[in-house]
Amino acid sequence: MFDWRWDFAFEILPRFLQAMLNTLAAAGVGYGIAVVLGLVFALAQRTPSRIVTIVVRECVEFIRSTPLVLQIFFVFFVGPQFGIRLSPWVAGMIAIGLHYSAYLSEVYRGGLDSVPKGQWEACTALNLSTTKTYFRVIIPQALPPSLAGMGNYLVGIFKDTPMLSVIGVAELMQAANGIGGSHYRYLEPYTMVGIIFLAISLPAAGLIRVFEAWMRKKLGMN
Amino acid sequence: MEDMSQYPLELTGPDVPMVRFMNVTKSYGALTVLDSLDLDVSEGEMVTVIGPSGSGKTTVLRMLMTLETINGGVIYVDGKPLTHMGKNGVLVPADPKYLRLARSSIGMCFQHFNLFPHMTALQNCIEGPMQVLGLPKNEARERSEELLSMVGMIDKKDQHPSRLSGGQQQRVAIARALAMRPKVMLFDEVTSALDPEVIGEVTGVIRKLVAEHNLTMLMVTHQMAFARDISDRVCFFYQGKIEEQGAPESLFGNPQRERTQQFLSAVKAAD
Amino acid sequence: MSYWEFLAQNAPRYLDGTLVTIAQFFLSATLAILVALTAGLMKMSRNAAVRWTAGTYIEIFRGTSLLIQLYWIFFVLPLFGLTLDKFYAGFVAVGLNLGAYGAELVRGGIQSVPKGQWEAAYAISMSPAKRMYRIILPQAFLNMLPPWGNLMIELLKATALVSLISVTDLMFEAKQINGSTFLSAQAFGTALIIYYIFARLIVTPFMRWLERVMARKMGRA
Repeated sequence: MFDWRWDFAFEILPRFLQAMLNTLAAAGVGYGIAVVLGLVFALAQRTPSRIVTIVVRECVEFIRSTPLVLQIFFVFFVGPQFGIRLSPWVAGMIAIGLHYSAYLSEVYRGGLDSVPKGQWEACTALNLSTTKTYFRVIIPQALPPSLAGMGNYLVGIFKDTPMLSVIGVAELMQAANGIGGSHYRYLEPYTMVGIIFLAISLPAAGLIRVFEAWMRKKLGMN
Repeated sequence: MEDMSQYPLELTGPDVPMVRFMNVTKSYGALTVLDSLDLDVSEGEMVTVIGPSGSGKTTVLRMLMTLETINGGVIYVDGKPLTHMGKNGVLVPADPKYLRLARSSIGMCFQHFNLFPHMTALQNCIEGPMQVLGLPKNEARERSEELLSMVGMIDKKDQHPSRLSGGQQQRVAIARALAMRPKVMLFDEVTSALDPEVIGEVTGVIRKLVAEHNLTMLMVTHQMAFARDISDRVCFFYQGKIEEQGAPESLFGNPQRERTQQFLSAVKAAD
Repeated sequence: MSYWEFLAQNAPRYLDGTLVTIAQFFLSATLAILVALTAGLMKMSRNAAVRWTAGTYIEIFRGTSLLIQLYWIFFVLPLFGLTLDKFYAGFVAVGLNLGAYGAELVRGGIQSVPKGQWEAAYAISMSPAKRMYRIILPQAFLNMLPPWGNLMIELLKATALVSLISVTDLMFEAKQINGSTFLSAQAFGTALIIYYIFARLIVTPFMRWLERVMARKMGRA
């Protein structure tokens, strides 16, 4: 039935640890892009220009409503079609960053909308510029309600990194596929990858809850 | 389209009012809230605006603070147009840049305080002077601490709003607005959201302001006794127009118009 | 060739793929709903073992990638004697994965029904089963619909992964077309547009319609 071979499992462990660094790096960079780009999208939907608002809105919806794996293929293959060769890593980062920036822009939108109208009026009364209003008053208050969503998507990005294996990025899934294919044994590689993911994502989710509570306290809002 | 040439580019002459509403109209769709309003406020005058809900009294303040747009007429502050700007010899609606400059002489306190919850009382007060007026931190601090002392909140300067009572928050809000050294101060029902026992804290601060400073002030309030005490003039609004106005003793003591009488007796009955 | 020519030439393959995706969508959605209801209710049980079982399932399927789960079900389960055809492996993995998320939505929906409802049903001596079925679940259902709408979109997107175990869905066909024509923008772009049409113009409006219908039935519209 099943014969789990511990010797095999230990043999392939180092390769997984190396691949895990790549996975974490990919998640980190992708998330970094998404956090910044998401804010750009969210703020872009608040400009007075209706055209900009509608165009950005539709783009965000398009990215959110279509599969990430398809977007990854698109970004990777479309480049060469027009003469730009993107490495799997760069293509992957662009696709994941773009995809999650759409999610995060929705989170930010919710956070920004939750700031009471009176805060905007107080800023007008004190004659603060738009930039200062956003960065010193509104965004700090939009942050705590957004943190839960931001944390969830951090864990989500981490769990989506295996999709990068389809264009050859050397992360955990790719390592498992490679080992499985060359040794004709899939039990240990796939199970170990699963356990590694669990071992990271479960504590991460817990840490994020703790961080959110700490942030609320620090900003003096509870 | 209104013919803007009837409005001067600037108010000149010996007795220029600090605030002038000239033929001001404000509507929301089909609903007219202010109807060709003319209102002058002299420098250093304390004017209280009273009236039933929907009479337009809060709108007057909000328009002065440029929180609402204008649909007709012009508002002048210190002789210069607030809502419009001069272009090629005639007034056109003000662009955002002009508006920002123009409203720097107006300060406002709100019914729900609107303090920044993620900043302490002191930080709330230095925010405007530092970020808008460009004052260095120590100067902003000095000014703010002086104002917080005046409103009696200096010992709470490092507290966040969530730790302060309503009356305390409103006092900090007054200090915050004053830190910008406005020429005109607006008080929009600043005691309406407070528990009765702390209303005195806030009205006390406003009394002090009236006594010790030469600020031009407009106040919307339901506190009739207080208004009678400290105002130079009281305006009774009804359906977007000034129904009656005058010195407090004459308006409260001897109202001429029927609607004024009705309103005042209804308010007295509610006390 | 122009885009229209491209479309005309490849339309049959896109159509085939879309039909498979639709099938995968409905099958996984059904499984996800059933699993979510079961696990969600189990998690609210007073029996610790029942709660723990559901909890383990939920944490495992939410804590790991769908792709890993898919590969595991397709490549590893056979070693335990359970061999699934790739089409079945596909929607089973997607259904189980999204069912885990759905279980939390079910729990949230039930918990958001005001406590007074439970007490009122108790006061008229309704049996627990009847109380759940006639009073609590209908109200919970309405509360759950908005986040379930999002979940359905996630489900649609998740079905694209089954192409990686060679199920001939829309994504698979797009890859094939890309491989044979090298017109990547058109090949993948068309697939993106088809998914978008499904998500924005079919799934989301349907869920909103369902929300309105239920709200009216509950007297809240």
